[in-house]
Order: sequence, then C-alpha cells, then structure tokens
Amino acid sequence: MDIFTAYFTGAVGYSAILLFGSTGEILTEKAGHLNLGIPGIMCFGALGGCFGVSLIGNVPVVSMLMAILFAFLFAGALGLLYSLFTVSLRCNQNITGLIITTFGVGCTNFFINKISSVSFAKVAKQFTQLFPSYKDLGVFGELFLSYGFMVYFAIIIAVFVAVFMKRTRAGLQLRAVGENPATADAAGINVGLYKYLATFIGSGIAGLGGVYYVFTYLNGAWEYKIDALGWLSIALVIFSVWKPNLAILGSFMFGLLYNAKAYIPGISAPMKEAFGIAPYLVTIIVLIITSIAGSKNVQPPASLGLNYFREDR
Amino acid sequence: MEKQIALQLKNICKYFPGKVIANKNVNLTLYKGEILSLLGENGSGKTTLMNMISGIYFPDEGQIFINGEEAVIRSPKDAYKYKIGMIHQHFKLVDVFTAAENIVLGVKGERYKLKEVNTRVREIAERYGFDIDPKKRIHEMSVSEKQTVEIIKVLYRGADILILDEPTAVLTPQEIEKLFAVLRKMREAGKSIIIITHKLNEVMEISDRVSILRKGEYIGTVETAKTNPKELTEMMVGKKTDLKIERVKTDFDKPLLEIRNLCVNSDEGSLAIDDASFYIRGGEILGIAGIAGCGQKELCEAIAGLRPIKSGLIMHKGENIIGLPPKKIIEKGVSMSFIPEDRLGMGLAPSFSITDNMMLKTYAEGKGPFVDRKSARERANALIKKLEIITPSSETPVRRLSGGNVQKVLVGREIEAGPNVIITAYPVRGLDINTSYVIYDILNEQKKKGTGILFIGEDLDVMLALCDKIMVICHGRIMGIVHAEKTTKEDLGLMMTGALNLTEEKKDKNYGIAKDSNLTEEEWKIEGEKQAEKEKTNG
Repeated sequence: MDIFTAYFTGAVGYSAILLFGSTGEILTEKAGHLNLGIPGIMCFGALGGCFGVSLIGNVPVVSMLMAILFAFLFAGALGLLYSLFTVSLRCNQNITGLIITTFGVGCTNFFINKISSVSFAKVAKQFTQLFPSYKDLGVFGELFLSYGFMVYFAIIIAVFVAVFMKRTRAGLQLRAVGENPATADAAGINVGLYKYLATFIGSGIAGLGGVYYVFTYLNGAWEYKIDALGWLSIALVIFSVWKPNLAILGSFMFGLLYNAKAYIPGISAPMKEAFGIAPYLVTIIVLIITSIAGSKNVQPPASLGLNYFREDR
Repeated sequence: MEKQIALQLKNICKYFPGKVIANKNVNLTLYKGEILSLLGENGSGKTTLMNMISGIYFPDEGQIFINGEEAVIRSPKDAYKYKIGMIHQHFKLVDVFTAAENIVLGVKGERYKLKEVNTRVREIAERYGFDIDPKKRIHEMSVSEKQTVEIIKVLYRGADILILDEPTAVLTPQEIEKLFAVLRKMREAGKSIIIITHKLNEVMEISDRVSILRKGEYIGTVETAKTNPKELTEMMVGKKTDLKIERVKTDFDKPLLEIRNLCVNSDEGSLAIDDASFYIRGGEILGIAGIAGCGQKELCEAIAGLRPIKSGLIMHKGENIIGLPPKKIIEKGVSMSFIPEDRLGMGLAPSFSITDNMMLKTYAEGKGPFVDRKSARERANALIKKLEIITPSSETPVRRLSGGNVQKVLVGREIEAGPNVIITAYPVRGLDINTSYVIYDILNEQKKKGTGILFIGEDLDVMLALCDKIMVICHGRIMGIVHAEKTTKEDLGLMMTGALNLTEEKKDKNYGIAKDSNLTEEEWKIEGEKQAEKEKTNG
C-alpha cells in the first residue's frame, strides 16, 4: 500500500465516526434542538455496543447486530433523556446538552471496564471487512472496497436522511418544526412528537459512531478519546451547513486534515498536535463565510436552540 | 330565508396566569356565507377568543358549537377537522420554504408531490382572484404576498370558516381593496368569515354584522347596515370619544433637523433611501407616510445613528451628526421611539421590568458603579399613572403586558427624557382609540414645548388631522412634502404608490430645503465637502 492509499483509507476510516455523529446531530438540529450531548451520547453508544456483545459473546453476525442494536438503544435512551429535559420540561438546551455529555462520558468510563471484553477482538473481525477479496481489484479495491460495512452504512444513512428531509412530507414537517415551531403547530403538526423522534433517532445514529469507533476503528479496544470526536461531529454540522450529503464530503475532508500530521515529514511533535485543530479552524472559517454571505439557504434552522411552548406570550 | 349557523360560542371564558381575565362569558354566532367583524379595543380579548376557535388556546369554560354540534378543539389539527382556518396577525410561515411548501405543510392523506400542490394552489388562486407564485420563497415576498399565502393555506385545507386577525394593518389601500374583493368572492362561495379590525371604515365597508368585545366581555352584535361608526365606537369603548384630533397651533422655530441628499442602504444592500432632502422645525409635527418597507425604518435608524449612511448630510441645529454614536445623538436631544411590528423588538428589553427599561436610557446618570433604581422606579410609577398603563406593578417584566401597554411604556420613556427632536414610528400601531388619543396628546404637548416631531404613521386620517406637514415616501424616494391642511387623502395615496411625484414636478424650486437654514449655502457646501472627505477615507 503506497502512502496515498494509506492516507486516503485512513481518512475514510476516521471520517465514518464523524459522519454518524453529524448525521444524527443534523437530524436533531433540524428539529430545532442543539444537542451538545452528542459526545456523551456517542460514548454511551460505545458502551451499549460493548454491553450488547458481552451478553452473547462471539456469534457470527448476531453479535454484530446485537452491538448495533444496543448502541442505538443506549444512545437513543440518552437522547430521550435530553428530550425530556428540553422538550417537555423546557430546560436550557445548551446546559442540558453539556450535562448529558458529562453524564455519558462519565458513565461510560465507569462501566466500560466492568464489561468482559474477551470476545471483543474476535467480534471486531465481523465489523472490519465486508468484501474480503477487495485486493483483487487493485487500487480501486483498496480505496473503495477495503472498509468494514459500517463505513458504507454511515454513508447510506447520511444519504437517506438527506433524501428524507428534502423529498418526504415528514421531512418537510420536521424542517418546519425546526424553523418555526409555532407555524408547524398551527399547521396541525405534533411538534413535541417530531422533536422527541428526531432527538431519539438522531442520538441513536450518533451512538452507532461509538460502536464503529470501538469495533472497527480500534478493532475491539477502548480508548478515552471519543468525546473529542463528538465535538468534532458538532463542528462538522456547521461545516456542512446542515446538509447530511455535504457532511459525507465534510467528514472525509476532516479525516484528511486530521490525519495529515502523520504524513507530513519532518514536523515536530508539538506541530503534530497543532494539526489536530485544523478541522476546527476550517469550521470557524466556514461559519464566518456563511455568516457574511447571509444566504438563507446556508443558515441554521431559525429556531435552533429555542424551546417551544405553545401558550408562551 | 332561514340562515344556517356555522359557528356558535356559548359562555366562553379564558384566564391567563396572574389573575388576567382574557375572555369572560363570550357568546358569538356566525352564520354561513357572511362576513362578521369582531371589534374591540386593545386587550379586549379578540385574538385570544379567535385562538380558542383555532385551537391555539383551550377555553377554561364554555362550549363551542359547529354546525349545531358541540366541538372540542384542543389543537389546530382539531380546528382543521372542523374546517376552521385562521390567518394570524403575525404570519405563521416558514421563511426558507416556498409558498407551496408552506401551504402543504401539515396536510395529510394525499401523496406528497410538490408539482401537484403547485397546480392546486394556482387553481385556488384563480378561483378567488389571488396573485401568487407557488415556487417563490417566503423571505423574498412582500407582506401582502405572505398574507395571500396564509389565506390560500387555509383554503387549501378546505376551510369553511375563515378567521382573519387584523389583515389590513399591513396593507396599502389598494391591497386592501384587493383583499376585500377576494373576501366577497369567498362569501359568495358560502364561506363564513370573521375579520378582526380596528378600522371602522373597513368594518362598515366589508362586514354584514359586527360583534363587539370590551375588556374580554361580549357587548353585543349589530347589523352593519343599521349602525354607524359613532355607535360602534361607543359600544367598543363604553364611553363617548371625541373623534377629532386637535392640531395645536404653534409658532414654528428655526429648522432643528435638516437633512440633505441623504442616501441610506437597506440590510440587503439596495438603496433604501434615495437622495432625501427635508427638514423639521421646532414645534412642528412632520408626518411620514408610505407603505410598509418604503424606507421609513432605514431613515429613522440613520437619523438616530443606528445605521451607517451612504452619502448626504444630517444637521442638528447646524451641526453634522453623521458618524456620531447613538449615545451622543441622544445627548443632543434626538430621541427615537420606534415601534416595530413585534413591539418588543426594539427599544425595550422584554424580560426587564418597566423600572429597568426606564433605566436603559439613564443608566449613566447615577454616581459610582451602582445604578439609581429608586428614582427610576418613581419615574416608572409616574408613567404608569399618567398613561394608565395596566400592569400588576412597576416590577413586572414588560413582556407580560399587553401590546398597547408595552407601547405606552416605550413612548412614555422617550418623551420623559425631554428631547428636542422626537422620531416616533407607528406610536399608535395596534392601540385602541382611547390610548391613541393619550399618545396624540403627549405629542401635542411636546410640540407646544417647541420639540420637532417626526411622526411615522400608517393611518392617513390621523396624519391629516395631527401633522402640520406630511412627507410621502415611495420606494425610498420622497414623492412630496405637503401641508396637511391643503392636501387630500387621495393625493397622499397616489404619492404612496408612486403615481404622483411632486419632487419631480418642482425640481428646480429647491424642494425640501429650508429658506431660513441654520447654515448659509457656503457653509453647506463646506460641510458637504468635509463629509465627502470622510466617506472617502472610510472607504
């Protein structure tokens, strides 16, 4: 494998974590809820995945599905907790989100070591390869077919969410809820239900990023680093101007930027660390550009961060 | 012929937190194929009542009958089920959606295909005589276009009962005519319409019957043909009000504020005010008439120092005030009370109490780092008493007050500071007649003191009665400055729509330039050059 291929595949492998997180967060934000709990939720997804696997051990395909199911449920449950606070009890979204992050990260670090991880490395093998014969196809195979199935899954979900929001009635209604809940309410849309569902499913999708991180990216190991990736996912939402299809490209670009340090010869260790902030810098630049451009098509949902109460005057 | 009852309300009551009675024992009957006007002062509970019919609020007591059967309307969804549609005063539209997307929002059952929606929207538009492009996005639309979208939205859902909350407040006379034509067509088609309005002439023109609310209570219903504006006013306010506004005679002073060749950009970067020249004297009320969005807002903001100008001069007592920070301009005695469409958007902090809002302009006066709350509270209490502001106390957040009371706080505070120029935009927007008169009195009082007043209004009748001169703006250009006593409403209307342009006709007569200016023409030239220099260095 030459350097370019290694760089490319490394970036793709990294980008899928972010893509899960961003797609989930976009879905939530489109309902008008800024969920800063994503880092904690992704951690919780990882915890759920590990828990699911530990229940059953290494059974072909089944343990993989268990991991995904439990990751979705664990992360979704934390999302529901967030919704309970912000939708029903109308707590401040930023504060609630930060609490969820703290809770999710702490909980995961506490419980993850109590889960028996003997079968993890074996189960990880189920995740890591989808097309075992990719090497026969040369560079094309290396670049596009060498990944675990969850990489493709991340892209499929992102495309699906993009189409859902653009083409379906439910997508239109979801966007309306995030733009102007009073309008959606007056149009007879169940605003609370949309907010709950968007947060639940969005969190579930983000949680898959946690499973992917443990079982594909780290081959069944656990490393306390995923919450940083959660923050990066939220930055990616801004970078991709709330469009999941752009998030696919954005996550890949973030992957390239993040991994660049390993492929630039002759830079010092502190410089390598400094390269880690490149994605954030790019996000800030994008934010500035979209703000200056002021086009309505690249703005966040109009009521993002604002809780809705029908009888508020 | 026996008329069929479409909607009947029996003993409806609604209370808001804090012992506020919004509606008490309201009874109302709406027949099929009629237009019913709902008349009442501000805070009389009209909108609350209509919100209960359309499912935004739920009544605390009482029953609603639709087509003779009792209906329970717990949400807007239920309201649609009963074929009730409401066009709110503040449009409920999603800015980034197209007209068609907004119209189809929340509609269930049929297949979701925007193309078919577009076709159906065009069909409805044709049937009732609307003008609409289904693919246009809301944020690119004018107010009347947005309103059209709202009405079609309701019709698209097959509503038989339409409720319009102050639909004419934001429209030009021509647009109102168009709207009324559409409403009449709907009436012919058998729809029942409730229209909320403050304007008595419109009530007389459009409605079959009028129901009146006062302080949340139902007063009565009269047939329009058998009543007159005077009787309606009496029912509405409960006591006789003199419909005449006094125009106080004063000796005009020298020009206080002189504006020459002013150009100002809008937020979008287009020219909002194009080469405006005019002046205000002390002891004079200059009215500014124009359709919403014609540039009045930008003009006000430019004078108050809130918006950078492109070119031109603004002279206050012969001193250039361009480029000064707003605080310096306030210190010179130029005060601005701007009442935007949402009332709370500018000038007041919604979560602050009246006292705190009073301090927003005087915070710098106290000694040391502490603010002087005591005197502010005294001033707040004095204001509450003087303007009859209805509030539990001076410490209640202003967002809890009704719209009219919020406006009183804003105007009251501005006048309290003792300015020599007052810029006031829509000070009586949405206010009931009594409160409006209180505001007119305040302005006249200031005028007597020699203050120059720039009055941006929307009711031409009021402006003709109150103002000394009226300046008409159309698309950022001054169409003419006329003496209120010598002009007619028709002329003003023509100028508002750009059909008449006096500035153009009297081009060579130095239009809008005071003969007894504070500066000589020489000095104007020097100031102009100085300003041009400044603009150049600022890029």
